[in-house]
Amino acid sequence: MSRIGVFVCHCGENIGRTVDCADVAQSLGELPGVVHAADYKYMCSDPGQQLVKQAIADKQLDGVVVAACSPRMHEKTFRRACSNQGMNPYLCEMANIREHCSWIHEDRTKATEKAIALGRAIIEKVKRNQPLQPIRIPIERRALVIGGGIAGIQAALDIADGGGEVVLVEREPSIGGHMSQLSETFPTLDCSQCILTPRMVEAYQHPRIKLMAYSEVDAVSGYIGNFNVKIRHKARSVDDTKCNGCGECQKVCPNKKIPSEFEQGLGRRTAIYVPFPQAVPNIPVIDRQNCALFKGRAKGLKKQACGKCAEVCGRQAVNFDQQDSFTSVKVGAIVVATGYQLYSIAQKQAHELLQGYGEYGYGTIPDVIDGLQFERLASASGPTGGKILRPSDGKEPKKIVFLSCIGSRDPAKGISYCSKICCMYVAKHTMLYRHKVHDGQAFVFYMDIRAAGKGYDEFARRAIEEEGAIYLRGRVSKLERASDVVKVYGTDTLSGENIVIDADLVVLATAMRPQPGIESLAQKLSVSYDAHGFINEAHPKLRPVETNTAGIFVAGACQAPRDIPDSVSMASGAATKVLGLFSNLELEREPTVAVVDEAGCAGCFHCERVCPYGAVEHKDIRDRKGTLIRVVANVNKGVCQGCGTCQATCPSKKVELQGFTDEQIYAAISAL
Amino acid sequence: MTLGYFPGCSLHSGAKEYDLSLRAVLQALGVELTEVRDWSCCGASSAHATNHTLAVALSARNLALAEEQGLAKVMAPCAACFNRLATARHVMAHDEGLATTIRPMLTRPFNNQVEVQNVVALFKGLTEVIAAKMTPLSHLNVACYYGCLLVRPPEVVAFDDPEMPTSMEAVVAATGATPVSWSKRLECCGAGLSLSRTASVVRMGREILADAKAHGAQAVVVACPMCHSNLDLRQAAMQRRGEPLDLPILFLSQLVGMALKLDPEALGLGRHFVSPAALQLAPALIAPQPRASLQG
Amino acid sequence: MSASEPVPTHHDPSLSGEINKLTGLNVAACYQCGKCSAGCPMAAEMPRKPHQLLRLVQLNQRQAVLSDSSLWLCLTCETCTSRCPNQVDPARLIDGLRELAFQQDPTLAPLKQRAFHQAFLHQIKSHGRVFELGLVVDYKLKSGALLDDALQAPGMLWRGKLALMPNNIEGKAEVRRIFEACEHVAGEEIPS
Ligand SMILES: Cc1cc2nc3c(=O)[nH]c(=O)nc-3n(C[C@H](O)[C@H](O)[C@H](O)COP(=O)(O)OP(=O)(O)OC[C@H]3O[C@@H](n4cnc5c(N)ncnc54)[C@H](O)[C@@H]3O)c2cc1C
Repeated sequence: MSRIGVFVCHCGENIGRTVDCADVAQSLGELPGVVHAADYKYMCSDPGQQLVKQAIADKQLDGVVVAACSPRMHEKTFRRACSNQGMNPYLCEMANIREHCSWIHEDRTKATEKAIALGRAIIEKVKRNQPLQPIRIPIERRALVIGGGIAGIQAALDIADGGGEVVLVEREPSIGGHMSQLSETFPTLDCSQCILTPRMVEAYQHPRIKLMAYSEVDAVSGYIGNFNVKIRHKARSVDDTKCNGCGECQKVCPNKKIPSEFEQGLGRRTAIYVPFPQAVPNIPVIDRQNCALFKGRAKGLKKQACGKCAEVCGRQAVNFDQQDSFTSVKVGAIVVATGYQLYSIAQKQAHELLQGYGEYGYGTIPDVIDGLQFERLASASGPTGGKILRPSDGKEPKKIVFLSCIGSRDPAKGISYCSKICCMYVAKHTMLYRHKVHDGQAFVFYMDIRAAGKGYDEFARRAIEEEGAIYLRGRVSKLERASDVVKVYGTDTLSGENIVIDADLVVLATAMRPQPGIESLAQKLSVSYDAHGFINEAHPKLRPVETNTAGIFVAGACQAPRDIPDSVSMASGAATKVLGLFSNLELEREPTVAVVDEAGCAGCFHCERVCPYGAVEHKDIRDRKGTLIRVVANVNKGVCQGCGTCQATCPSKKVELQGFTDEQIYAAISAL
Repeated sequence: MTLGYFPGCSLHSGAKEYDLSLRAVLQALGVELTEVRDWSCCGASSAHATNHTLAVALSARNLALAEEQGLAKVMAPCAACFNRLATARHVMAHDEGLATTIRPMLTRPFNNQVEVQNVVALFKGLTEVIAAKMTPLSHLNVACYYGCLLVRPPEVVAFDDPEMPTSMEAVVAATGATPVSWSKRLECCGAGLSLSRTASVVRMGREILADAKAHGAQAVVVACPMCHSNLDLRQAAMQRRGEPLDLPILFLSQLVGMALKLDPEALGLGRHFVSPAALQLAPALIAPQPRASLQG
Repeated sequence: MSASEPVPTHHDPSLSGEINKLTGLNVAACYQCGKCSAGCPMAAEMPRKPHQLLRLVQLNQRQAVLSDSSLWLCLTCETCTSRCPNQVDPARLIDGLRELAFQQDPTLAPLKQRAFHQAFLHQIKSHGRVFELGLVVDYKLKSGALLDDALQAPGMLWRGKLALMPNNIEGKAEVRRIFEACEHVAGEEIPS
């Protein structure tokens, strides 16, 4: 016979107003197997908990039922109290008579009856509870950082400086991300390369950071503390152990006309190339789509069509037969820092929901460019050597027009959110322009100037008050190519006048969107993302750098539009979370996981097919001689989240969730 | 397959040559037209500017007539009629409240099953046939003018790209003429105010034609009788305010007919205010000829 | 919820509420970016541009907006509607405002535009189709613009472009009944 204690809480007036708690305690106290019943105003308070402990000691209780609020609120509290008194905590359960009863009913008599029924059900369950032990899992003290932009670099450095090992995976040939393309940065106008390059080098040389550039995450399995990651190294066609980055191969490459991704199409590169001079690692890759040799191979030519790079390389580093290769690493935590891309000004959009701007020519007018292209024009290392020259004819534009909110805050084009950083970089662009073209005039069409940040509004005001930019409040309806200017048809809602400007160059401040491929990466990681593809944080206020999957964190512009200061703060925050996790030797987890009865398992693996977490494994059962007799299901305790789907699916009822067995649940239901 | 035909009021009077040329060309291309029996005016801008229910009901009556006749698709050569019919079809499908009010007014069963097509879409579907039968109109640079009602609003007319359409250019290319690239092909010509605010309309028309001319057009091709009458009939007034324009305005059907070497008279080429004779395609035949009709 | 989804404002007596009932539009969705005005071919001639008309509706300035002659300059070319970033549909709004103005007092419309619409609708109501010569004559009488060149009738006749007699359809009575039914729905006469 059980010895159960029942504790009914009034929760001040919350429960007491609608439920007669004394009556509940008395009724439940009369049930068989219940040896103690009490009610109290605040059971979660110290004296309340003391009542529980005292009763355990006095009456040698072997089960505790607290009829109070939701277990989400105080299950931990009461289980800890029981544990402190020497009872296995999993023998303590709560009956929720607040959310499930007093808060949703008015009739006192009926509510009291229901509270008694709820208590009865849990008592029957607790009679069948087994003592359980928490699960302990070791932690791999190594982190995977995905994406080598400023956010990824910062996270990697912080984790490594804190003593953790880091694997930094970047899919492009070099780390650096978009920050490496920027000229000068708001709000202080310091040179982007100058502050970024030392960080890139530091990350490359850090003894605890393993940089894997030109690589991608192929597959992820496992769970917090114990992820298994398979990484694909894309074939560079250059052996990175031999190459010393001398650059001779690029000089001899005959194809010099390929639009450079780094220069946003405004400059050219060769087929064997490093994306930019400060690239880290400084090892070239061969762009096989554009390389004469590979194009020849694709056509089935017998003769090798080119090979100049290999001939000139003194270290025999060029390897045309290199294949993609794979590495597997075990990591305890993952930081996603894959950054952003810009809304395309071309007609073709990456996403079916996005419309593109036909009224602005879908990017067919050569002197209509986007913000990153302007950064390259303004950059001293850019295709024009830092001179602002327009793409069509290389002339210096004397009238330049910036359009804000292109794609942003434009639900008709598919995006309702504000991209947050454009107001700032547009102000920056007007200043950079003014500094380079003294007799030029910059115009900005804007809807609101959003400059919330330290020193930000002052910066935006400076563009207007001191640097002569003319801000016009309104959107532009159409851009038209007319002889050698771009006609801008806009409006200024403040004066109520329509404005037509014959611009020499137009710059579109396009929306920030997550990187292509983010959805498939998120699915590999089992982290959720929003309708636009930005990674969801676990809580918008209280858990901003965690994802909803334990052990996976997020930093930078892959979570929402972010500027550099925000990206870096997030990265440091995520790194701190990772180091916090690594400071534990082991992880403790709730033991409410599924367990297979191996003797009865028929090996049909329905459970494996329905498990949303991939927790079901195959286990070989062998006889004493080692011959395989059967294969049965086995649940990996580290991965199982205790959802119970397998239990509901198993045809022979041989898998059960600890703490929620069929027997327990049926007993509870029958008692209602 | 026979195609329903909704000529609309203008094609029975002011834009007679549109009707003539269309019938002649489609016959040559093997498309049979069946006119919607006893059709009534679509309501045009006057109806929707004053009463939305009336605007939808007037057009819906015509859709119901076509349905009664068993027509699956109705082609409306006038861009305004096309737009109004397409709007009625859209509203009757999406605004259940209004549809319930209007259905009884139609006095015949109405299941909103008739598709509405414009003339450009029709010809776009025939480009291969045209290309096979034509004698190229080489050395002719034309500006394709869409105006507003063919492409907007996109969810109603569901036709081509609303900002960068290409259909009319494709048809023009099939005739061997060269479509010029220009800026004002989607600008409104102002036809709705043609009578009541002529000065505005002349201003708008002038801007459009000047742009076409600046981009090397020798003629402008339209697919709307409103645009046509505006740009053709008011061109004299536009010229009084600036540089000469001398741009013949051709209906798309006329251009196709010219490429098919149809009789210029059958195409009504002599009926324009700005004579296309200057295009020197068949000079003798396209001089204006007097003719007054007694019946529309 | 998308910006163009009608918001339930059944009991809202304001002008925005009235517009919502008539057109399903949510004028609160307009964030005054002015893209409608920037692309409007008639904006240069309008005393108030489309976004300003919209603003007046938001501010419930019924009289000011219904008596603004700008309403009658809109050509419904839908440039504004197809480019509106927040899917507000200014062209439909202006149609709705014109309808309200006409209901309240047809003389709110400038004489010429009113005369044109009335003459046009009169043609449909009496013949089922529009008879251009009749339209021109009727318009001239109604507007008093006797000397306007209108459609350059002599040139039109010369080119066989003008019919001299109206063309009545068989279902003339049917069309007339549609007018009457719509008048019944609106609760007043459609001026024609
Ligand atoms: C025109 C313009 C001007 C700007 N000016 C400023 C400024 O003056 N000041 C300022 O503070 N901010 C500025 N910004 C914002 C700044 O660019 C961003 O805040 C910053 O780059 C965000 O860093 P990130 O690391 O999150 O993303 P990113 O810079 O985008 O880096 C992400 C990295 O992840 C890699 N990656 C993506 N997907 C994968 C994958 N699946 N696997 C592996 N790697 C992957 C990418 O290749 C990239 O290297 C500007 C932005 C623009 C568009």
